[in-house]
Amino acid sequence: MNLNFTAQEKDFQQEVQQFLQEKLPKGIAEKTKNALHLSKDECNVWQKILHKQGWAGINWPIEHGGTGWTPTQKYIFANECAKAGGPDVIPFGLKMVAPVIYTFGNDEQKQRFLPDILASNVWWCQGYSEPGAGSDLASVRTTAVKEGDEYVVNGTKTWTTLGQHADWIFCLVRTGEPSAKNQEAISFLLINMNDPKITVSPIITIDGRHEVNEVHFDNARVPTVNLIGEEGKGWTYAKVLLTHERTGIARVAISKDRLVQLKALAQTSPDGDNKLIDDAIFAQKVAQVEIDLLALEYTELRTLSAISTGQAPGPESSILKIVGTQIIQAIDELYVEAAGYYSMPFVPQQFHDDFDGQSIGPDMATNSALRYFNNRKASIYGGSNEIQTNIISKAVLGL
Amino acid sequence: MDFSLSSEQQMIQDSVSKFILNDYDFDTRRKILASATGFSQENWHFFAELGWLMLPFTEEDGGLGGSMVDLMIVMEEFGKGMVVEPFIATAVMSGGLIALAGNQVQKDDYLPRIMAGELQMAFAYAEPQSRYQLNNVKCSAIENKGEFVISGQKSVVLNGHHADTLIVAARTSGQTNDHNGISLFFVDANHPSVKRTGYANVDGHQAADIWFDNTPTLGLLGEQDNALPAIDNIIDKATLAICAEAVGAMQIAHDRTLEYTKTRKQFGRTIGSFQALQHRLVNMFIEHQQAKSILLMAALKMDSNNGHDAKALSAAKSRIGKAANLVGREAIQIHGAIGMTDELDVGHLFKRLTTIQFLFGSTDVHTKRFAAL
Ligand SMILES: Cc1cc2nc3c(=O)[nH]c(=O)nc-3n(C[C@H](O)[C@H](O)[C@H](O)COP(=O)(O)OP(=O)(O)OC[C@H]3O[C@@H](n4cnc5c(N)ncnc54)[C@H](O)[C@@H]3O)c2cc1C
Repeated sequence: MNLNFTAQEKDFQQEVQQFLQEKLPKGIAEKTKNALHLSKDECNVWQKILHKQGWAGINWPIEHGGTGWTPTQKYIFANECAKAGGPDVIPFGLKMVAPVIYTFGNDEQKQRFLPDILASNVWWCQGYSEPGAGSDLASVRTTAVKEGDEYVVNGTKTWTTLGQHADWIFCLVRTGEPSAKNQEAISFLLINMNDPKITVSPIITIDGRHEVNEVHFDNARVPTVNLIGEEGKGWTYAKVLLTHERTGIARVAISKDRLVQLKALAQTSPDGDNKLIDDAIFAQKVAQVEIDLLALEYTELRTLSAISTGQAPGPESSILKIVGTQIIQAIDELYVEAAGYYSMPFVPQQFHDDFDGQSIGPDMATNSALRYFNNRKASIYGGSNEIQTNIISKAVLGL
Repeated sequence: MDFSLSSEQQMIQDSVSKFILNDYDFDTRRKILASATGFSQENWHFFAELGWLMLPFTEEDGGLGGSMVDLMIVMEEFGKGMVVEPFIATAVMSGGLIALAGNQVQKDDYLPRIMAGELQMAFAYAEPQSRYQLNNVKCSAIENKGEFVISGQKSVVLNGHHADTLIVAARTSGQTNDHNGISLFFVDANHPSVKRTGYANVDGHQAADIWFDNTPTLGLLGEQDNALPAIDNIIDKATLAICAEAVGAMQIAHDRTLEYTKTRKQFGRTIGSFQALQHRLVNMFIEHQQAKSILLMAALKMDSNNGHDAKALSAAKSRIGKAANLVGREAIQIHGAIGMTDELDVGHLFKRLTTIQFLFGSTDVHTKRFAAL
């Protein structure tokens, strides 16, 4: 066993640091550090910078433009990015649909879709959930009926994150006989959203933002060449995707940096004549989360180490999502606590670049409750924590 | 021992409860929040008409008795509807300070107007550096030819934007953190030297940051240099009010979640049939019940001790904060994505239950205060 980076790994770390120092735009870094949302343009700018460097497709195979990095390199990259304020890429194209396309798509589909995903030329969104199909995803009811060389798609997808910005949506749809068993009738279909038969309506969340949408398909016509793999195999493909989704789902690097910043904040936040960090209870709460995060980091490293030595990840990997999101939410809560009264004002307008009014409180404070509210989603999406718990009890403990 | 309500108290509860049910449903509240003032003037007059604004005051001051139990009853019902009208800022805090510290002339001047619903007030005490320490006051009041002028900033002043008159805690002597040397002043909120930036809080309540620059006052309220006991006292009273509000809000959050789990189906059955969720709903229920109990304890102890019992109050705020945290979070989680939407009341209950945890002293601050007393 060995904890140290090799000489090559140290070189790589320096290379990443230098890249971030030279290429990461300051405005984007600052917003990321303050946990503020980036515009579509800013997301594009960053991904294009990564792409130019050849670092956009971190998990992709080399032949499709991936980095071919080892798990350790990915770990180093994630940590350096978080420290420098390099934002997460939008996952729907790069991390979600691309793996399905390069694993199960045909050559024509690979050529048609992958380069634009890598270069952030085309935005994707995920059309899985429906009003009646949340945790029970296999009960999706959106139908795709074959007519000649087209599918006619009808139904409603919901909670579609960033659907308002997306050019394409990847969907789980029902094909074949309505009587077919749930999972065997599900297909994986890529749908161009530039179609008047598709309407996107906003859903506003409790942080006052428009991040999710409802997407309606009213006889939308989709060429059959947009089907991935075979009809009825969509469920299998989606499952593979879900395991990709799990890579990095613990978000350890980001939580580590959020804690570093929280401590810095507590060191400067006045608490009457003292500083907040002098408050023993607050300091202890921060320490507790930090300790939990250390344990999680080593849980993640155990998983990475298993993968890098060619083994399958062990049962420890299944807890990454649960613990990772608990920690994210605990940190968010500590930010609210640190903000005190200034957690309360709802002043999102002052986070905009062109705001020129009177700012209320420090941004880090007035953004804290919104962030806390928004991240309630972390334990709901990507398979809720209850569903993850069920999976562990069944698949790992055999209950 | 008898925990039953008197017939007057039962009447108050019934009338507030009826108002919430009939006139303060979620859609109505949404319209109120979207209006220019962010609260309903019409409701405010209605509160006055029904005597609810008289409730926090003694009969001697022209009120209806003003016990903590009375306040608890009204606020618990308000909590169920997430009422945003500035009852706490105007009646409980500002009116309360005047009743506590004012002279007869001041009482005669302000209290009838408050109770008639004609005057909006706000109490400006918190500052950017003070956090929850009420003795930490930097905002200064300097005497100049027998008249005081105030300079400094106040943070997140509830109802600060719509108030006609402010009560401002300012330092008349000593250092920022001294317990002595704090005084209360009436200030005309519309004076040109007062700069106010108003906003809604995340829970829908109106607030403002306020800057004073050599602002003249409308007079001293209470004893010069010795306002801290009155401030402590009134913040405790307001804390009891939001504790009761939280108990009401928790009840609705639990009710809604329970209803939802009985109708929402996944995997071919109602999600309420999953034992994993059943236990969580029971935990929410236990938290709500414990919160309700400790609220009652605090209100009764305060009433039997002339309106103040800091230790009992802090016990309640601490315990209710913990309950509010769990109930709010679980209400969203058990609803799933729909619980995160602006469209549903659950998310708004969660937000109010969140701000209550951090208003007038966080859960930890009150746990510490309880231990120290
Ligand atoms: C902000 C946000 C963004 C999202 N973005 C997307 C997106 O881009 N694309 C997309 O397709 N989807 C998206 N989702 C949807 C997300 O995947 C679903 O919310 C999730 O699958 C849960 O489904 P549900 O919300 O319908 O809750 P439900 O499935 O109705 O669950 C309600 C509650 O019951 C619990 N529960 C359900 N079944 C069980 C069980 N068997 N045992 C114990 N507990 C159970 C759940 O854990 C939850 O607490 C998003 C959700 C959110 C909140």
